[in-house]
Amino acid sequence: MSLILDHVNYIYGGDTALAVHALKDVNLVIPDGQFIGLIGHTGSGKSTLVQHLNGLIKPTSGSIYYNGEDIHAEDYDKKKLRSKVGLVFQYPEHQLFEIDVFKDVCFGPKNLGLSKQETELRAYAALKQVGIEDDYFYQSPFDLSGGQKRRVAIAGVLAMKPEILILDEPTAGLDPKGRDEILDQIAKLKEETGITVILVSHSMEDVAKYVERIIVMNRGSVLYDDVPREVFQHYKELEQVGLAAPQVTYIMQALAARGIPVRTDVTTIEEARQEILRRYV
Amino acid sequence: MIRDITLGQYYQADSVIHKLDPRVKLTATLAFIISLFVVQSWIGYVVAAVFLAVVIKLSKVPFGYMVKGMKAIVFILLITVVFNLFLTPGEPLVTLWKLTITKEGARIAGMMAIRLSFLIIGSSVMTLTTTPNSLTDGMEKLMRPLKLFKVPVHEVAMMMSIALRFIPILLEETDKIMKAQIARGADFESGNLIKKAKAMVPLLVPLFISAFRRANDLAMAMEARCYRGGENRTKMKPLQYKARDRIAYGVLAAYFAGCVLIRIYL
Repeated sequence: MSLILDHVNYIYGGDTALAVHALKDVNLVIPDGQFIGLIGHTGSGKSTLVQHLNGLIKPTSGSIYYNGEDIHAEDYDKKKLRSKVGLVFQYPEHQLFEIDVFKDVCFGPKNLGLSKQETELRAYAALKQVGIEDDYFYQSPFDLSGGQKRRVAIAGVLAMKPEILILDEPTAGLDPKGRDEILDQIAKLKEETGITVILVSHSMEDVAKYVERIIVMNRGSVLYDDVPREVFQHYKELEQVGLAAPQVTYIMQALAARGIPVRTDVTTIEEARQEILRRYV
Repeated sequence: MIRDITLGQYYQADSVIHKLDPRVKLTATLAFIISLFVVQSWIGYVVAAVFLAVVIKLSKVPFGYMVKGMKAIVFILLITVVFNLFLTPGEPLVTLWKLTITKEGARIAGMMAIRLSFLIIGSSVMTLTTTPNSLTDGMEKLMRPLKLFKVPVHEVAMMMSIALRFIPILLEETDKIMKAQIARGADFESGNLIKKAKAMVPLLVPLFISAFRRANDLAMAMEARCYRGGENRTKMKPLQYKARDRIAYGVLAAYFAGCVLIRIYL
């Protein structure tokens, strides 16, 4: 059970003068149950990449396999793939359309052809998973706050019970509180259900706390693909491609540069705290 | 898919046609459209075709781009052709079962098809080579005399430019929402007409909301910059005719005169 990308290339605007080589020879293996951060500067191809994963975009060349089957084969059921690989777009609240929150979340499972009861059970469970209270179920989705709308939209994808959940910049435009809430809920969800989660972001700070693997994209190619502590060791190269390592990395590097023997490969504030305390206490 | 509609989209290139004053291009488009109705002989259409071909060649816009705009009207074109082909009375040419193609019908159908496609391609040349901004600038200038009759020329021009500017944005938005709903299992392709129409709801509702939101934001941004209509408003780049514009007017006049002469003498 995994997702494999084999030499995937994608070119926007094919034969015109405006052609853009958005993905260049991308090879990835995404095994079950990983929590992955997909990081890249604006225009690095990360959004294009995730749209390949559920078959919305067909690669110009190369293949994508889900559970060993080529997703662009003639007889492959794309609808089923899309229920298994759930994609939450950037600003997902812009796709809400139903008259109330509950109906909107039902849209996904209903499209899968499930029974009414099963549909509603899934919608209920999904809304609970993202922390939406019962009081809001029969309100218009347009009356909610920005953070709530976004959570409803995420529930809309969760209700399809995906095995891989992809979130494209789920925290864009949210305040720090809304951001932490969403990320914490995703982490909790990951822990409870064991699904694969791919978190797309341009902020290392956001993902460092949660993910176990980071894929860094730059100009359509995979630059690094490793555990966070290894990726952050390249903090100088990351800066060159318009990204940055978490601030603790800089602090630890600065301390080490002054001759204080601390480990430089910590990824979270908590780890850094313990490391500094270990040195002085 | 929907991105294929090119009407109202600008194609960046460095050509004589791009550099022409928008007033010239507007007048030329209008004259070209009128000329299509003035000429009624095949020779006339050959002249129009040559004129159009030369302009397209000069504009450096790939021909494929112009034809893409045609896709939107294929249906209208087909209906026009079919109706004219079968329903024009006259000398019978071919009889298929109960339908008769007449000589006159074939002639009118052919001309209609040419007229409609030239009309679309001709206006595509204008929108593809002129930015929405300069297009409305030109329109405002050309329509200025209407101010005497209390026509809000500036406001009309502003509305047009905003509408044109929004076409690509809304197309992109449609594409995005469509993808998002497909990711949630929506199906826009299969089923009968009623099912297809119903499937549009998840696309249209978010699209309308986003259009309203954008319009609101734009109004706010304009007000924040003290926009209050055309009164006393000056231009950063006032339109001025140059030598090439005068030459273009000359060429246009010659073409139009040619068309009128063809109508009278041929």
